[in-house]
Amino acid sequence: MSIALIAVAVLVVLLVLVSLRRRSRRQKVIAPQQARKAMPDILVKEVAPRPSIEHGAELDLSQRLGSSRSIFERVRSIASTGSLSTEQIDTVEEVLLRSDVGVKVTNEILQDLKTNGAPNGVASTVRAALLSSLGGDRSVTTSADAGRVPVWLFVGVNGVGKTTTIGKLSQRFVSDGKKVVLAAGDTFRAAASEQLQMWAERTGADIVRAGEGADPSSVVHDAIGRASARKSDIVLADTAGRRANSSNLLDELSKVRRVADRDPGQVVETFMVLDATTGQNALTQAREFLGAASVTGIVLTKLDGTARGGIVVAIERELGIPVKFVGVGEGVQDLIVFEPVAFVDSLLDA
Amino acid sequence: MFDALSDRLERLGSSLRSKGRLTDADLDEALLEVRSALLEADVELGVVKAFLDAVRERLSGTALSQSLSPGQQVIKAVHEQLIEVLGGAPLKVTYASKPPTVILLAGLQGAGKTTTAAKLASWFKQQGRNPYLIAADLQRPAAVEQLRVLGAQIGVDVFSDTSNPVKVAKRGLAEATRIGRDVVIIDTAGRLAIDKELMKEVRSISDATSPHYTFLVIDAVTGQDAVLTARSFHETLALSGIIVTKLDYDARGGAVLSARGVVGKPVVFASTGEKIADFDLFHPDRMASRILGMGDMLSLIEQAERTMDQDVLAESSGRMLSGAFTLDDFMAQLNQVRKMGSMGGLMKLMPGMTKEMRQAADNVDDGQLNRVEAIIKSMTPKERRDPNILDSSRRTRIAKGSGTSVNAVNQLIKQFGDMKKMMRQMSGGGMPNLPGGMGKMAQMAAKASAARGGDLPPGFEALGAGMQSGAQASRPGGGGKNKKKKGGRVTPPKQR
Repeated sequence: MSIALIAVAVLVVLLVLVSLRRRSRRQKVIAPQQARKAMPDILVKEVAPRPSIEHGAELDLSQRLGSSRSIFERVRSIASTGSLSTEQIDTVEEVLLRSDVGVKVTNEILQDLKTNGAPNGVASTVRAALLSSLGGDRSVTTSADAGRVPVWLFVGVNGVGKTTTIGKLSQRFVSDGKKVVLAAGDTFRAAASEQLQMWAERTGADIVRAGEGADPSSVVHDAIGRASARKSDIVLADTAGRRANSSNLLDELSKVRRVADRDPGQVVETFMVLDATTGQNALTQAREFLGAASVTGIVLTKLDGTARGGIVVAIERELGIPVKFVGVGEGVQDLIVFEPVAFVDSLLDA
Repeated sequence: MFDALSDRLERLGSSLRSKGRLTDADLDEALLEVRSALLEADVELGVVKAFLDAVRERLSGTALSQSLSPGQQVIKAVHEQLIEVLGGAPLKVTYASKPPTVILLAGLQGAGKTTTAAKLASWFKQQGRNPYLIAADLQRPAAVEQLRVLGAQIGVDVFSDTSNPVKVAKRGLAEATRIGRDVVIIDTAGRLAIDKELMKEVRSISDATSPHYTFLVIDAVTGQDAVLTARSFHETLALSGIIVTKLDYDARGGAVLSARGVVGKPVVFASTGEKIADFDLFHPDRMASRILGMGDMLSLIEQAERTMDQDVLAESSGRMLSGAFTLDDFMAQLNQVRKMGSMGGLMKLMPGMTKEMRQAADNVDDGQLNRVEAIIKSMTPKERRDPNILDSSRRTRIAKGSGTSVNAVNQLIKQFGDMKKMMRQMSGGGMPNLPGGMGKMAQMAAKASAARGGDLPPGFEALGAGMQSGAQASRPGGGGKNKKKKGGRVTPPKQR
């Protein structure tokens, strides 16, 4: 409180002083209106090319990308005896780093390779190391205690695909003959409720929504109330995307979870939805959302693109949160159960 | 952003600072640290390698400076290289001679295109332009609705229908021309770079509308994939620049470096928060300084000038300088500051913020300002003019009226008193004693304003030096006289 206020005060004072000084100076130099007229309205389509390192980087890079696959193929075929060559180590490092598993996991695997060698070949050693990090329990809970409504809560940063994921899961449950209530808990983003509403209509689920700016906890609470009254099978609760480095936004999320977990509701799964293109920040996201909302699993979305989503290895290794579902497209069917073996193969092959 | 990187480099700097001479081994060790920091910041591997080679070349090419220690020279080389990769001088947005100027936004799903479209429209509005939004994302449910709501918030019309994206873009453009709008922003559906069908579609939109600018909207927390995505979009659309979003998410944000490095087009705008106002031109030179933890006073001042009401400020600050500052004035100024964006985001721009303060900035609750406002509004006009008359019964009443505690009221009164004292000092020409790094910040601001034409001391030790050298690097040969007008040139002319 006090830091913020003092900062604001200082800010105000400084800005006023600076702005006054600059204002008087600018008035002396040139009147803004004239300046505007003096500016020629030209059409610039191309930005002047910059003679810098990028061109080199681009060439270098495409060569690398083109060759990285074949290099790994080559490494894979080498039945390793004794110590590994620098080239092999470098190739493994490159493949791992490019798949976003991160510097830490990469270094650990490399260290292991250097000390223990690769008696069964480099590729299978790396593969085994990655797989051993993905040994968590991936089962999902769909039932609650007697008389209570099971709630799946979806959390994550902006734009990862929470609402779409809920739509796809809603379809799954409805086709299994379940009665689903969607809770439009994203009351922040413009038209987020409308987006979920369309999913409800498309999949034949019930929906509870409120106006923009409403309290997300109360929306979730109402959805649970309705589900309980109508004897629905599950509540899928959406929340607004939020950055993971703000304790206020995380507190709000904790509250939503607490309210959802109150009788007759029972939060049986909390999914952090994660965009596969995300880099190392995903670890921060997982850590913070785990702390704020007791995340029980990850839904890894947008895995149908070029991104490999390797950071989930680091997340499960470090925080023990398993990936449970994978989003592989925009279609309603494009949500599948996570398969560690297939995933690791795609990390290494691609 | 990039805090992690700057921390690393600072640590690196201090371990090298003790040495008198930079050996090859030192350099290898230093560059290994830089490499690690860049990779942890998600900078793409190829870009990292090119970056390190360039830094090495910088260091080996020039003779060791007499005035800088080896550690400082490494940091200086990294800093200069950052400026170069991030783009040197910023891209100046110019307008088509035959309006409207057409801007196409493209990117992956969830990068923030729709929000960016609205923020961009709002930015052009502030430039005195008359923007028009076209919602050509017919893919995602309610994407059009989202843009309509945002458009209504910022007072910009949104065009859309349900035909198909190419037709919508074409019709929207025709409509914009008909009603005489001078800037048209086309929002498109998110698409994967490897989805040939959808990439063809966005190409058709581009062909049908011949945009003057095509921007790739990219998420700052993107990992290694940033490069592949950026390249595919560049190959399909011939990008003119990059807009980076969610810069407030992470201290690192290496995707900016990756995308910039591989596409070779500048980052033009950056979005740093959920509010419409949290959006501005991207300044590579300033960003490079920010990477090294030097704050960004210039951006702050420009943001202030853009969003604040000059008349309200002038009036209240006139009283401020004369010492007759009241709580009413304080509240007026608070509201002005609030218009600039989220408090945490603003605090991060301040130079001289320590790591702890930056962390605190993440947790600044804008709701606290609501409480401050509630307290002030619960006072009578007389109390606001003269807080000295506040006895305990008045304070209890105010606490009740504002739904806060007497403690909170006391705190506010005390802080207001401190503030007045500080202002007296400042208007008297002296620098007040401020807590933490804020004293430095005040000096910084003074430098940025008054002493802008003066000769700032060279070297890298002073807090402001990085900022200054950043400015020099992008404006070679800029003499003292030139610099004096710098402030006026960085911001496009105001329409007031």
